[in-house]
Amino acid sequence: MSVTTSQLSEVATLARLQLEAEQAEPVTNAINQILSLVDQLHALDLHAIAPMAHPRDEIQRLRADVVTETNQREPFQAVAPAAEDGLYVVPPVIE
Amino acid sequence: MTASIRSLAADLRQGKTSAVELTQEYLQRIAQFDDQLNSYITLAPDRALTQAQAADERIANGDASLLCGIPIAHKDLFCTRNLATTCASKMLANFVSPYNATVVERIDASGAVTLGKTNLDEFAMGSSNENSFFGVVKNPWDLNCVPGGSSGGSAAAVAAELCVAATGTDTGGSIRQPAAFCGITGLKPTYGRVSRLGMVAYASSLDQGGVMAKSADDCAILLEAMAGFDPKDSTSSDHATTHYSEQLNESIAGLRIGIPRQYFNEQLDPKMTALLQTALVELEKLGAQLIDIDLQQTALAIPAYYIIAPAEASTNLSRYDGVRYGYRCENPTDLQDLYVRSRSEAFGEEVQRRILVGTYSLSSGYYDAYYGQAQRARRLIAEDFAKAFSQVDIIASPTTPGPAFGLDSKTQDPVAMYLEDIYTLAVNLAGLPGLSMPAGFYDHRPVGLQLIGNHFDEATLLRTAHQFQQTTDWHIRRPSLISGGKA
Repeated sequence: MSVTTSQLSEVATLARLQLEAEQAEPVTNAINQILSLVDQLHALDLHAIAPMAHPRDEIQRLRADVVTETNQREPFQAVAPAAEDGLYVVPPVIE
Repeated sequence: MTASIRSLAADLRQGKTSAVELTQEYLQRIAQFDDQLNSYITLAPDRALTQAQAADERIANGDASLLCGIPIAHKDLFCTRNLATTCASKMLANFVSPYNATVVERIDASGAVTLGKTNLDEFAMGSSNENSFFGVVKNPWDLNCVPGGSSGGSAAAVAAELCVAATGTDTGGSIRQPAAFCGITGLKPTYGRVSRLGMVAYASSLDQGGVMAKSADDCAILLEAMAGFDPKDSTSSDHATTHYSEQLNESIAGLRIGIPRQYFNEQLDPKMTALLQTALVELEKLGAQLIDIDLQQTALAIPAYYIIAPAEASTNLSRYDGVRYGYRCENPTDLQDLYVRSRSEAFGEEVQRRILVGTYSLSSGYYDAYYGQAQRARRLIAEDFAKAFSQVDIIASPTTPGPAFGLDSKTQDPVAMYLEDIYTLAVNLAGLPGLSMPAGFYDHRPVGLQLIGNHFDEATLLRTAHQFQQTTDWHIRRPSLISGGKA
């Protein structure tokens, strides 16, 4: 499988990345090289095999559904690019 | 300076030196040599000296572990409170974490002194340490070569004696490959052995923190301080830890070492084969038994990894939005523009490439063909290893296809770069522990032998490497360029 420049541009939109016009072709080529590296997987019939999400096949531990965290708003917002009155500041979404 | 943790700990207790003097000595070496290597991103001299003073008090009070007062460094992917955590990215160039990684908390508690944060490939994505916003790292054995990656700064700093030991992280070989290229010992523990809390995520089902030092003994001491269950990491294992550093002197007589035919084949450089064979003979002399084994699914590791890792990276890195922390673009016109420009301006080329591959392979209509198929292949790889471990105790293989390659020799060819990890990736897919130890020199550049263990059997890997290091001196040699010592 391979991607076209216009498909890749849609993927970039999904990933919230901007694909500059002059980068579009070299990036598409590089990604197609990577996809050709993984293409050998498509030749295999693995339908009978269950996908493995955890490297030791374990299920993640669950904890009791109780609040354990204390409020850390101030230290967390101290590292934000823009925060005011306990809120993160972004450009207006609705005019 | 080829001091081990044990010898330095003895010197500290006998008053031959103090933690403050030792820290000053290492800071001095960094000031003198790191211009050539660029192994550190951030130095923390004041913090280090404060920690050293506290260490000296603990030693004087007889209340000190072996690591107390020992100068170490953290890969700049571990969050440190009040000390920058950049992940070698423009995205986090000014980021100071509000909390410490569990690994950092534990090493601090042991009394070790943190000299600073070491360079890496941006967000740990790379095999050469050439993808850093803070510049490439150079190999102390040959300044025209890469140190390997992604933990290239930690490897170069340990090799050049700019710290005694360092932390690293390994998603597909990022501890073992730079350890091999820089002539040091590096261990990636079993998935879940070391807490991932505060270790900035790249590919969550593969990432694991580990240790890098000159010898297996030093690695064992550092691992002991770091390893163990962490309730704050849902993937942390409660499997009991052991005193790794106390089991090193047991003989390896009778140990069954599997030699995979698919790793030692005609694709391996003949000179590498010869060097590694000599190392294997050395293990045989120590009483180990070499057994040919098959890892039939080896060829699936690269394709499976280069689907799974970018897929997980694309989801993990979606958190960098220019809103809550990290880089924000100037004068965004609207919220979309804020997201898109902040991410496009602050992520480097390789990181963007992996996000695009990951987003594509997870997108509607492709998910099963790529991600699903890669996860099925992953199971075959894991089963392959499980079968091998019914016949042998550990597996030995090359760590890398060759010695350190030249700077800029593979940067234009991502696939050639990815193939550098051919011997290390499968270990992460199966969640196994893997160690690389110095095993000789290819011309003037070090090469490593990889030892792969069964889940939670780090002790056998460390013991085997330690026994090997009792009869070989590869791990003691230091680059003449930096130390003035013999190479």
